[in-house]
Amino acid sequence: MDLLQSALEILMRWDVALALLAGSVGGVLIGAIPGVGPAVAIAILLPATFSMDPIVGLTVLLGIYGSSMYGGAIPAILINTPGTAVNALTTYDGYPMTARGEPRRALSLAYSASFFGGMFSVICLILFAPVLAKVAPLFGSREIFLAALLGIILVIVAHRGQSLIAGALAAFGIFIQSIGLEPVKYTSRYTFDQPFLSSGINLIVVVLGLFALSQAFVLLTSEDEKIRMTRLRGGLFQGLRELGRHPRVATVSASFGVMMGMIPGVGEFTAQFMSYTYAQRTSKRPQDFGNGSSEGLIAAETANNAVPAAAMVPLLALGIPGEALTAMMLSVFYVHNVVPGPGLFQNDMPFVVALYIALLILNILVLIFLLFATKSLIQVVRIPNRFLGVCILTLSFVGVYSLRNSATDCVMAALFGVLGYILKRLSLPSVPIILGMVLGGIMEVKLRAGMARVKEPLDFIDRPVAFLLFVAILLVLASHFRRVIRERADLRAAERGVQKSSHRFGNMLGRRRQIFLKDRFKRVRARHAKRLSKFKDLF
Amino acid sequence: MPTERERRFVGPRRGQLIFALFFVAVSILLLSQIGSQTKWVEKSKLFAQPRFWPAVGLGGMVLLGGVHLYLMPWRRITRYDVTELRKWAQVLEFAVWFMAYVVLVPLIGYLPVTMAFMPLLTWRMGYRQPRMLWLSVGFAVAVVVLFKGFLSVKIPGAAIYEYLPGALRSFFILYL
Repeated sequence: MDLLQSALEILMRWDVALALLAGSVGGVLIGAIPGVGPAVAIAILLPATFSMDPIVGLTVLLGIYGSSMYGGAIPAILINTPGTAVNALTTYDGYPMTARGEPRRALSLAYSASFFGGMFSVICLILFAPVLAKVAPLFGSREIFLAALLGIILVIVAHRGQSLIAGALAAFGIFIQSIGLEPVKYTSRYTFDQPFLSSGINLIVVVLGLFALSQAFVLLTSEDEKIRMTRLRGGLFQGLRELGRHPRVATVSASFGVMMGMIPGVGEFTAQFMSYTYAQRTSKRPQDFGNGSSEGLIAAETANNAVPAAAMVPLLALGIPGEALTAMMLSVFYVHNVVPGPGLFQNDMPFVVALYIALLILNILVLIFLLFATKSLIQVVRIPNRFLGVCILTLSFVGVYSLRNSATDCVMAALFGVLGYILKRLSLPSVPIILGMVLGGIMEVKLRAGMARVKEPLDFIDRPVAFLLFVAILLVLASHFRRVIRERADLRAAERGVQKSSHRFGNMLGRRRQIFLKDRFKRVRARHAKRLSKFKDLF
Repeated sequence: MPTERERRFVGPRRGQLIFALFFVAVSILLLSQIGSQTKWVEKSKLFAQPRFWPAVGLGGMVLLGGVHLYLMPWRRITRYDVTELRKWAQVLEFAVWFMAYVVLVPLIGYLPVTMAFMPLLTWRMGYRQPRMLWLSVGFAVAVVVLFKGFLSVKIPGAAIYEYLPGALRSFFILYL
């Protein structure tokens, strides 16, 4: 109770209230504009938050992070274009609902599911905080090094079919963080005798280049899209009632979001995939998934909104960001000499709880804002692409130049912007570069500190947490290589054209079942289409 | 007709080979400089060597980038790759616009340059309606007022502001 009181005292300030309001409304707006996204907004706003108190700056950034997915559901449902990347799954069931004349139902359901996901994860983490406070001190230098290594490996293997180039890009991130004056022996690394490289390459310059400037370049070179907007009539409160009819799907999806959010490098996409698959498998109407299923929409939106609060766990408890957005937030801590990690949980627990309560309030503010302002808000979708590009280019200047007033930083950001543009054109990931930079720096410091007390190599994993993390790394690598070998064998078989169906009894039965199900699904769909046409004829 | 290997490749074909070749070539070039660009300190453990982490990074780039290149289903640069290369070159124009903006702000001032930059680039992007141009000017003013006026981000006053009379000069340096 004392903890809660201390946390509330931190939040009882006018500037925190303003930050909450600005973060929530701004985040929804940014999320609702396809082509901007929270990464661009956070990258631009990051230097501006350096002059604020840590709690104020982090509240703004958390607000944008947490509320952008609410906003991202609007274009995903109304025009079949996800506002943020994580809203892609929302289009599967949201847009078909709009197409059959139920945009209001889809939006209210998405808001309610997002609200439930957000609240569920924050409450879980507030309850979980005392446990974390006990577990976090078990993490010393070796454990943090292994957790960071696990994070980087998870990020790489998460890019299925692109893990090699994702690994190479993460290695590129590790390399660029090592440029400059080495902090222990004071020798220069890859500076080529250039003074501007002595202080290294700033993370924010890279982030702004790879996320903001590259997005501006993408928008500036693209065509404006013609948008046909669906009219929205009536209130948006019915979703809360409908959500109440699917408590199992909502709770399981939110739990997936919390669990996946806590693991570095996994995040929203895996949580969504798992919850959507679960919802489809356990549904009484699996055939509706992808055709406007309310359960599908609940699964997708609940899971992605449960992630932001959970993603703060590895950042706050261990100082390890699990994704690009939390990596950016790490720099806010560093600027204010607040070192996230086990020490923060032990010494400044009210600060951690204050952040979670801020997220809780934020979810309520966003829901209220959306329930009353959606009709006006949908107009932001109409902003033309190339004009948006001009705006992002202008805003990127503030982000880069205000760091050190250095034109060299701007040149570097422009170069990283071009690199980010090329990566986007080639559908290659840029997140491994950022995580390579952040986690590479953490790994360097922690490995040096950890190895100083180790005599034999095996001593490195002689503590229980270190051993568990080491086993987790081996398991992740083993399962990845197993999958790669399988895929290679499958590819070879497909190339030879001799791929045969298995003659094992169980597999034959499985195939028969699938055929039966497919036919059954066809019949069900035909029946539904017939009913729908009859229903349309009535009007 | 694409082969099975091409069909399973994640992402578009155009430009992939050029990017992979460039990435591996730069990585090898940087790795070849490791002896001169980093130091090996005597009586220090391997993990504490200043050379260790650049070697990890560059080693990973060469190894993983090299395997990615080796496993790529294409071995020849086609006209689609060249077209893609031209597309990449197109964005250099906007990088130049950005750099011109960066160079002019400390000379002429954040507000005047932003008020000129936004409508000019909007015009360049093909928006010729007065509504859009006025909108861009309004956006420029809003950005400057929000960031420099309210959030006090560190953007220095322009050289040209030095010629303004006393009180106005201070106001312009602080807020615009």
